[in-house]
Amino acid sequence: MIDFHLNGRRQRCADVRADESVLELLRTTLGQTGTKEGCASGDCGACTVAIGEPDASGELVYHSANACITPAHQLEGCHLVTVEGLAEGERLHPAQAAMVDCHASQCGFCTPGIVMSLFTLYEQQRRSDEEPPPPLTQERLEAALGGNLCRCTGYRPIRDAALAMGDYPAVDPAWITNAELGHPADGQIATADAGHYVAPRDLAALRALKAERPHARLVAGATDLWLETTQQLKALDELIDVRRVAELNAIEEVEAGWWIGGAMTLARLMPVLAEPYPAFEHLMHRFASSQIRHRATLGGNIANASPIGDTPPVLLALDARLRLDGPRGERELPLAEFFLDYKRTALAEDEFIAAIFLPRPTAGHHLKVWKLSKRREDDISAVLAAFAWRLEEGVMRDVHLAFGGMAAIPCRAPAAEAALEGRAPDAEAFAAARAALAEELTPMTDVRGSAEYRRLAAGNLLERLRLMIEAEGNPTDNNSDNRDSATKVTLDAYAH
Amino acid sequence: MRTLTDIAQDTSRRNQGDAPLARETVAPQGGAGSSRAHESAVKHVTGRAAYIDDLPVPRDCLHVAIGLSPVAHGRLTRLDLEKVRAAPGVVDVIALADVPGHTDVGPVFPGDPLFADDEISYVGQCLFAVAAESHRAARLAVKAAVVEIDEQPACLDPVTAAERGEFVRPPHTHERGDWQQALGTAPHVLEGEQFVGGQEHFYLEGQACLAQPTEDEGVMVYTSNQHPSETQKLVAEVLGIPFHAVTMEMRRMGGGFGGKETQASPWACIAALLARRTGRATKLRLPRAEDTRATGKRHPFHNRYRLGFDDRGVLAGGEITVIGDCGYSPDLSDAIVDRAMFHADNAYSLGAARVTGQRARTHTASNTAFRGFGGPQGMMIIEQAMDDIARHLGEDPLTIRQRNLYRATDPDGTPRDVTRDITHYGQRVEQLALLHDLIGQLEESSDYWARRREITAFNAQSPIIKKGLALTPVKFGISFTVQHLNQAGALLLVYTDGSVMINHGGTEMGQGLHTKVCQVVARELGLDLERVRISATRTDKVPNTSPTAASSGADLNGQAARDAAAKLRERLFDFAATHFDRDAGGLDREAMRLEDGHLVAGIGEAERRIPWGELVQAAYMGRVSLSEKGFYATPLIHYDRATGRGRPFYYYAYGAAVAEVEVDTLSGEYRVSRADILHDVGDSLSPAIDIGQIEGAFIQGMGWLTSEELVWNDAGRLVTDGPATYKIPAFGDLPPTFNVDLLQGHPNSQASIYRSKAVGEPPFMLAISVWSALRDALASLADYRISPALDTPATPERVLMAAEGLRARHKARPVDQEEPA
Repeated sequence: MIDFHLNGRRQRCADVRADESVLELLRTTLGQTGTKEGCASGDCGACTVAIGEPDASGELVYHSANACITPAHQLEGCHLVTVEGLAEGERLHPAQAAMVDCHASQCGFCTPGIVMSLFTLYEQQRRSDEEPPPPLTQERLEAALGGNLCRCTGYRPIRDAALAMGDYPAVDPAWITNAELGHPADGQIATADAGHYVAPRDLAALRALKAERPHARLVAGATDLWLETTQQLKALDELIDVRRVAELNAIEEVEAGWWIGGAMTLARLMPVLAEPYPAFEHLMHRFASSQIRHRATLGGNIANASPIGDTPPVLLALDARLRLDGPRGERELPLAEFFLDYKRTALAEDEFIAAIFLPRPTAGHHLKVWKLSKRREDDISAVLAAFAWRLEEGVMRDVHLAFGGMAAIPCRAPAAEAALEGRAPDAEAFAAARAALAEELTPMTDVRGSAEYRRLAAGNLLERLRLMIEAEGNPTDNNSDNRDSATKVTLDAYAH
Repeated sequence: MRTLTDIAQDTSRRNQGDAPLARETVAPQGGAGSSRAHESAVKHVTGRAAYIDDLPVPRDCLHVAIGLSPVAHGRLTRLDLEKVRAAPGVVDVIALADVPGHTDVGPVFPGDPLFADDEISYVGQCLFAVAAESHRAARLAVKAAVVEIDEQPACLDPVTAAERGEFVRPPHTHERGDWQQALGTAPHVLEGEQFVGGQEHFYLEGQACLAQPTEDEGVMVYTSNQHPSETQKLVAEVLGIPFHAVTMEMRRMGGGFGGKETQASPWACIAALLARRTGRATKLRLPRAEDTRATGKRHPFHNRYRLGFDDRGVLAGGEITVIGDCGYSPDLSDAIVDRAMFHADNAYSLGAARVTGQRARTHTASNTAFRGFGGPQGMMIIEQAMDDIARHLGEDPLTIRQRNLYRATDPDGTPRDVTRDITHYGQRVEQLALLHDLIGQLEESSDYWARRREITAFNAQSPIIKKGLALTPVKFGISFTVQHLNQAGALLLVYTDGSVMINHGGTEMGQGLHTKVCQVVARELGLDLERVRISATRTDKVPNTSPTAASSGADLNGQAARDAAAKLRERLFDFAATHFDRDAGGLDREAMRLEDGHLVAGIGEAERRIPWGELVQAAYMGRVSLSEKGFYATPLIHYDRATGRGRPFYYYAYGAAVAEVEVDTLSGEYRVSRADILHDVGDSLSPAIDIGQIEGAFIQGMGWLTSEELVWNDAGRLVTDGPATYKIPAFGDLPPTFNVDLLQGHPNSQASIYRSKAVGEPPFMLAISVWSALRDALASLADYRISPALDTPATPERVLMAAEGLRARHKARPVDQEEPA
């Protein structure tokens, strides 16, 4: 039984398969066909819905999600808002009215998803503590809409609608006054043991379940796992949902850094990164889409062990550590020892990633992160480079060069690092590093790029680093506007 | 930027026919010529607009899944479907032997088996179909099939195929003037080649249909489809029943772009066959990956040119060869490669020229219609040549483009044996003043020359980041090049409450066709747009229709609707003239008109106004028919394929774009920082809709040339089979500065519907400016002396490789030695 609210009305759905998606539940069981299936892989955004979950103060906070790859069971205790739920009778919600007035729909198939992304943006503005709410910058618009593909309009009228909707008179959907929203009828969110889909609330319960059902798959954001059912039609018939395990959602700040719970979503991680590692935070804006970032977790991105995941190279460059946990107890492991081979890790079958340790930057520490992909937004890396170092009396120390897309696993380039370690950042040292890099990394040719391109580009990113250090003296200051074009070595849109 | 000024006067050279202008008598209620919201806009934003998969279905509706070939080329030696039949929920399974009628569903030429016989021609070819109680059950059952194929080497390269003479249709040639002599005597000769990638349609709504058995032997099919009449024909032929037993209904598509012109039919045939066999409704919707593998794309092309020109860069003549990668069967490839040939000149006089088109057969899905229909691929080669000539002569590419534009006489005023306003296929190019005016206006409004100077200065002192700028024009021929398709029908129904229903043969895929046709009817009948409604396109309302394609939807169907409305109006006038004010001798028939919801007779004090509702009621009581059909056939057009000459196009639509890019030459990353567009839609039928078409086409074209890369592995399997790997433009790819304007003051010189022009396809090719700007930025790496090769899509990888190659060549190059591409 899933107990949730749909557009303000309580819904209870029994006999829901473990691997049923929110989209299937909506379209097939509930007959709500306004939400569309465009790809069933979380890439196009046509199925975007808004999910309201109570924050720490109990207030509902809405985020966008791809219904096609969101497990239906994760709706427990939530308020699901779909395109059918926005208008008040015949009065359109500002997000809808602005779309009509700006001629922002053509074929209309992506439109419900776009309206829902606009709705979550509207809610962000409405609930902002600032008065007036912060301006809708290009960056914020991209964050809100980068996960919604439109094949007809070219997006200009959608941008206009996003900018205009704040000027429309507020139209509150009828459900807005429903006091029960976010407060399940029985007063608490159930532990949700549906037999085949179980969502423990604390670490002890999770350990016990792992002991009891070692073969059950873990699910958190489901943003990759769910493709096994939607694309490959594999049955996911025994799942343990770690999304609501309290300890896995916590951040513990210690003197040396931060322990980040494994089930922390990327969207919640981003503000944590902003101050110590702005380049990392900036990269996260290009990690998939808003819909994905609000569901996907840091632990999931690591455990997935893809050679082209975005966070592992950065975490490798920062000497991150993992705390693995399970019925047999916990252990710590440097991240560098976690990835063994293509999609193979040091995680035992009964273990899970409980937390990720992110060290605090030391004085003079620098981090640069660059992601190469065919499309800037919502794409997977061809090459991801994360470079960390300190400059000490004119020489480079603690040089970490980590890459995604350059081997079967995310990895560092020790020979290239050695070529730079203790050296001044000059052309000679970098030429040696580049030569070493070409020797030690063996990228493959695949759909995202050829081996030749990857090798060349990775070397060129080292050259970019050299030029940046040379031109600026202070490479953390890449974002200042008064750079002379002669020293400009990245496009603004790609400068992390 | 988008306010529209009143039309001044027709500045075109001459006007044909008696068509009025769209805004000559603009009705304030939203008739033709004014901006109106899409007729379904409110339904779109509330989720109430229903697509095929949203339609209510009978409780016992079956779901269909397709078994696809995993192999690109071979012989099917075993297809054992026993386990499929036995899978849970399966009700019926069909393959080739179960087809009662025709087994070939090729739209123009045979070659597209509904299910594979023994020959396997591509990965994704349809082998069998399953109907089951649920979508998932059907898809799971497909996996149980035992398929054995004796695999043979697959040919995936169109150039190799062409060399071997592997064609789906014979080559075709246009020839005009002595091109060999032109090449022999020209002061300069350059040659070049290019690969132009294909494109997945990526309509957001995949292929889908719903079939229901009807009385007798018939079937009703709801389908997401640009060509319901053809699908009706094919369903009837596959079932072996007369056409009148089959009805198609098509309310709206979630995008088409050409991908549902011929390639929606097989699914409808399969669903209909299963519906007849089981007696139950059947729904077939292809999952994204299967849709992408099973259906054809925009044709990739391999193009070559060899052109002679004078010291000013003006073409004397030469030859162009375009090789279209057609996939495994003809589909529409004859006409598509023809259109590539018709557009190998774009807006430039080639001089004495031979243009050859080849239709190569490869082992991929059968490539098909896609916005532009070969035109964009053909234009790419001459745009490459323009840039190459400019680099060769050290001139700005815009200068070279302007010198080569079609014009009434040679630039130096001397006549030649080939006049410079006649195309290589013999059609005279009209509205030349418009073309020159349009480019001149854009040159000024985009500040081209000042920005050129700034960019040159910027590039001179920026070693890594390079900027590029390009202005490219578009001249696109409007009409189906297959003459008989240039016809349309409409059915106009007026009910006794005064509400109006219009149906026509066109289909709505988001382009706003229905909105425009309603605007035409509202204007003809002097009514508020709200009184005119359009319903689904149905083959039992308007029969024997043409596909909604070739940008012709509003041109053809708008005229047919206008014809119907005009006939009904005249009939009402005749009736009103004698019916009203009979005692006073009736109404003045001469000056009678319909406006503001009234019939108006007489002028000044004698004016008499009768409300539309009263008129309609009276006509009904007077036993006057309140329905009418309309028809239209495009005049003037003809083309003789035997000689490669004629006037295939009723008129040309023009446009031009200026794109500016910034390229990171270390990483290959780039951004389009600004685009300025000025486009010719004649006298716009519906400006907001036209602007939407122009912007959307530009971004879609930009995707085609930049990020949208189709990748097949060595075994012929398309590995970019979904949005995770195939990258259409996203929100952030919209240029930060994007100025789009409609050209004012140039109504169509031909008597098109209210002298508007077709808008669906022409602006797609404006995006060639982005590709040319990328080449411009790259050329700066070699002081603009080398014209870089840049195949498409110009992904960051291709841009980086081009930059590396250019740097190496520039270093190796002796000073002051000119080098061709």
